[in-house]
Amino acid sequence: MSVRSKVIEAIQQIAKEQHVALPALSDDLSLHETGFDSLAFAILVARLEDETGVDPFTISEDAAFPATVGDFVRAYENVPA
Amino acid sequence: MSPREIFALRDHLGAELTGRTLSDAQDVVSLTDILSQTVLAGRLGELSGRAVLLKLSDQLRSGLAMIELDGIARRMLLCPPDLNPAHLDALMADAGIDAVVTDEPDRWAETGVPLVVTAQLPLQATAPARTECATEWLMLTSGTSGVPKIVGHTLEALTGAIVAEGPARGPAPIWATFYDIRRYGGLQIFLRAVLSGGSMVLSDPHEALGDHVTRLNARGVSHISGTPSHWRKLLMSGSAAQFAPRYVRLSGEIADQAVLDGLKAAFPNSSVGHAYASTEAGVGFAVNDGLEGFPADYLGNRNGVEMKVVDGSLRIRSTRTAHAYIGRDAAALTDADGYVDSGDIVELRGDRYYFVGRRGGIINIGGLKVHPEEIEAVINRHPDVRMSRAKSRKSPITGGIVVADAILADGTDTARAKEIRDQILDQCRAQLASHKVPAVIRFVEALDVTPAGKLARTDA
Repeated sequence: MSVRSKVIEAIQQIAKEQHVALPALSDDLSLHETGFDSLAFAILVARLEDETGVDPFTISEDAAFPATVGDFVRAYENVPA
Repeated sequence: MSPREIFALRDHLGAELTGRTLSDAQDVVSLTDILSQTVLAGRLGELSGRAVLLKLSDQLRSGLAMIELDGIARRMLLCPPDLNPAHLDALMADAGIDAVVTDEPDRWAETGVPLVVTAQLPLQATAPARTECATEWLMLTSGTSGVPKIVGHTLEALTGAIVAEGPARGPAPIWATFYDIRRYGGLQIFLRAVLSGGSMVLSDPHEALGDHVTRLNARGVSHISGTPSHWRKLLMSGSAAQFAPRYVRLSGEIADQAVLDGLKAAFPNSSVGHAYASTEAGVGFAVNDGLEGFPADYLGNRNGVEMKVVDGSLRIRSTRTAHAYIGRDAAALTDADGYVDSGDIVELRGDRYYFVGRRGGIINIGGLKVHPEEIEAVINRHPDVRMSRAKSRKSPITGGIVVADAILADGTDTARAKEIRDQILDQCRAQLASHKVPAVIRFVEALDVTPAGKLARTDA
């Protein structure tokens, strides 16, 4: 499974658990508009860390938290091996 | 007026000793004529009035030495097997130790301890000793990192709950415990066996659980105690099926409804009860209605045990509490009114109090306080879960999140893991505030339990 589909699947799973009505996920969608609160993002990052072995927001010291869904996915895609 | 008569353990062992035994995995010692036998090679007199460190590698000789030393030594410090050797010097200094009872005399030869007495089996014949004084029993607290605290008890305080309950009905009980008898929970069972006319089967840390249960059966154990973690391990092991005790007791950790129900199902003909006790607060109460928590009307004065709740924490005052922490820099054991603050946090729901966790075990989740035990109790309610542990994990988003490890019941189809995880999360969301719902649940094969029988919470 590609990194992108892992991320999207995790977002959808957490939305279901948290009863968040997700809008259609496009790269341009701002993370704010997903309806996720900080707890939901914390869960997302923790689960992705378990699944992919990386937490891009802790690794990089100057990582600005991404603004859009596309930025978020790329943060996982661009992690140096 | 004559001074009040002092009762030591030997004075409880006067009559009806025939057929009673104290045993471990290797040896069986008959309690018949125990008062005219010695595990100390007849050197008890040398220990008169001394502050004795009891440092033995097994429980059997420890128990026999306790019977001999009580009423003769000024004080005795019980060393549990998991005591960190690096803490021994500080503890001996604080307790003013001037004699050691050991099974490794060579190790003590050059240490400067004035008197070293070797405990050995088989027992030797000796003249029965007479009680001289009320020995102070010193025990160590468990579960704290750093040097444990020394807690001072009297035999009268240690046996207060046993005397209050009176003798067990029916045939004399054969006691066992998963605890070590040099810990408060185990010592309670040892003292019950000595005082209540029964026998006792000791645990062995090197014995597999299945072999232990086989031995408990072979010796006819009828009454047995352990922590909820001990019992969960037994329920998971598949060994429970061959065992049928009359009385099953839990103490030392929160007994949640899942473990009580699990034991009731595994032992349908047993009475299952949980007791509240701690090294400092002594035995508070026992709950025998099969439900977690305790009735709200236990607060106030009940059978000489007074309890109140201050800032959520249970405080206890009774003649069964320890009398002091021992040592130069020892803190006060009680508040100004003589109550021991247990640090166990309770919550009133309806007409019952429920234990929610330890004050010192709170984890911080994004600035909110969370008791891991409260989350575990909800996870444990899932019928496929046997045991769980909740803890905090750092999060770059919120600072911290709750994660949980859970052990599934034996034979659970791993293909159902996702379905079970979703059900547990649904359960948690229905019963817990959102920040307490685990972000991640992992299924694991085992969870660490400390030598004191409690779920290891290294990150707390």
